[in-house]
Amino acid sequence: MEQLRKERIDRSLKVRTEGIYAISSLEEILYLVGPRLIFVVGVLILPIFLEAAPYWKRVINIMCAYAILALSFDFLANFVGLVCLGGALFTGVGGYFAAIYNHYLSLPIYLSILLATLSGAFFCTLVLLPALPLRGVYFAIVTLMYPLLFSRIIEALNILGGTNGISGLGSFPSPNVEHYLVILTLLFFLFGLRRFVNEDIGLVFRGVKDNDQAVRASGINVTTIKIYAVFIASFMGCFSGAYIAHMYMWAGLSLFALDFSVIPIASTVIGGGGTLIGAVLGSFILVPLSEILRAAGTLRIVIYCVLLTLFIVIKSEGLMNYLQRKYHQFERWVKV
Amino acid sequence: MHVLVYGVINSVTLALISLGFTLVYSISRVPNFAHGALYVTTGYIVWLFLNKVPKIPYLLAIVLAILITGAIGALIYRFILVRIRGMEISEIIATYAIGVAILEGLRWGGLRGMTFTLPVFFGGSFEILGVTVDYQRMIVVICGVLVFLFLYFFTHHTRIGLALRGIAQDERAAMMLGIDSDMTAILALAIGSALAGLSALLLLPLGNIIVEAGYSVLIFAVAVCVIGGLGSLFGTVVASFIIGFAQILTDKFLSTHYQMVVALLAIIVTLIVKPSGLFGKQKELEERV
Repeated sequence: MEQLRKERIDRSLKVRTEGIYAISSLEEILYLVGPRLIFVVGVLILPIFLEAAPYWKRVINIMCAYAILALSFDFLANFVGLVCLGGALFTGVGGYFAAIYNHYLSLPIYLSILLATLSGAFFCTLVLLPALPLRGVYFAIVTLMYPLLFSRIIEALNILGGTNGISGLGSFPSPNVEHYLVILTLLFFLFGLRRFVNEDIGLVFRGVKDNDQAVRASGINVTTIKIYAVFIASFMGCFSGAYIAHMYMWAGLSLFALDFSVIPIASTVIGGGGTLIGAVLGSFILVPLSEILRAAGTLRIVIYCVLLTLFIVIKSEGLMNYLQRKYHQFERWVKV
Repeated sequence: MHVLVYGVINSVTLALISLGFTLVYSISRVPNFAHGALYVTTGYIVWLFLNKVPKIPYLLAIVLAILITGAIGALIYRFILVRIRGMEISEIIATYAIGVAILEGLRWGGLRGMTFTLPVFFGGSFEILGVTVDYQRMIVVICGVLVFLFLYFFTHHTRIGLALRGIAQDERAAMMLGIDSDMTAILALAIGSALAGLSALLLLPLGNIIVEAGYSVLIFAVAVCVIGGLGSLFGTVVASFIIGFAQILTDKFLSTHYQMVVALLAIIVTLIVKPSGLFGKQKELEERV
């Protein structure tokens, strides 16, 4: 029997645009800029496009907030090697800090989001500090517990509104501000993070994931690097939390709910880990899906988890890696 | 006296919950985050047997349920984990996703409220050292001791048990001696799941079958295993006594809500002082990085 194997060859356009010819003609420029431009413009005109459907317009906000959370998970898991199963910790802390600033100290909304993001990031980093010398299973275990722990503490001590939560937070002045704040922040985080991981310091981060002994041998303190990483990730997560709290004008125990941990993980795996944009794409797929399935209750989480498992087992590279491969290379069957 | 008696009972409960988890991790290096889900599932299966399929005696239902749970564990390994073996991040996410899927699926399927209860084996209670203890809790303690002794003899004095330990210590060398790595891992997951099921059947008659139990069982199992050192049977028992008594003491002097807080604080302190756990020998160097 004649055997075939798949051969992958880079497109000539890709090879050309890697070198000095990248901006020699319109075709090459479009090849490089096109996908990014489509994404950026697409996200920016989404609120205008959905003007006719007010319900779905609000979904954009949640979608972008989840995308930021997914970015933070992707960054921690695939660039630093810390699997954080408790993304809800970040949203919860961010949301409650925003509630404290806005409700108890009556600061204006922008200041409260900004302060909540910053102080929440400090707080999360501080809380996760003892777990940082660990890696793999141990870190996952500890982060899995934190959201539960905090919701238990708030419940037990009956502080910060107890089980009722804090209502009456300030809302955004207009829907457009509400949309574009989160969209622009998402774009900023996405492209900022991508630039960041391609810098020299990003190399160190990936070194921590791949071979931390080698990083340590180069005289770099691994734990310090992890502290930076957790700070960046929790900064993004806390922004999401503060934003969501202000969007619903309410901060409560559901900010520590399982959704905020599971959906970002699912979207990262489905979108393709380690690509950053894949995480965003994944949540752009999953969150609207979740809105469609709203009537199904907790079945939604079951569907995510099944999708997640299937993707891990069958297509572990994720959608984005697959699309990128198709974009940059063509495939053909050749005889062995 | 109350603290002493109930401390022992609580500790044995924790040990029962976490023995399955630590067994799976020590042998196949898979952190089985679906442990809590399997725990609840077994209870639900027995409830189904007793209420939907009547005429099945309680004992038979228990045996069947444990067998089914063991089979589920084996299937999880055979069809899912075997493909992602060695990729730590994927293992964690996959088992966690399976667990959440099972739990939330049960919740969606109607596992809510107070209607789901299992009958106790023997009703009634007796006094020990001036403290009233019901028979079910006594059975839990006896079974806990029996399970530990069984596991000890199984892993130290039977061929299969020795094979399991061999894989745990040095996989390559064991494979060279003709031990099938995947088969032992399947076996380990089956036994670990069956243990989760057994503990569920012993403990669930004391309360309701609720989905939240799945999450708290997972967390307590993990807490005990981290403190005792992942993969050490003896460490698991010691750690469950530490947490068990700590919980009873907080229950007495503070409030029940703090039980989870105590478990987590214990983990954090252990991780700072000795990251590999009290009795963890394996991977001592690696985990510190």
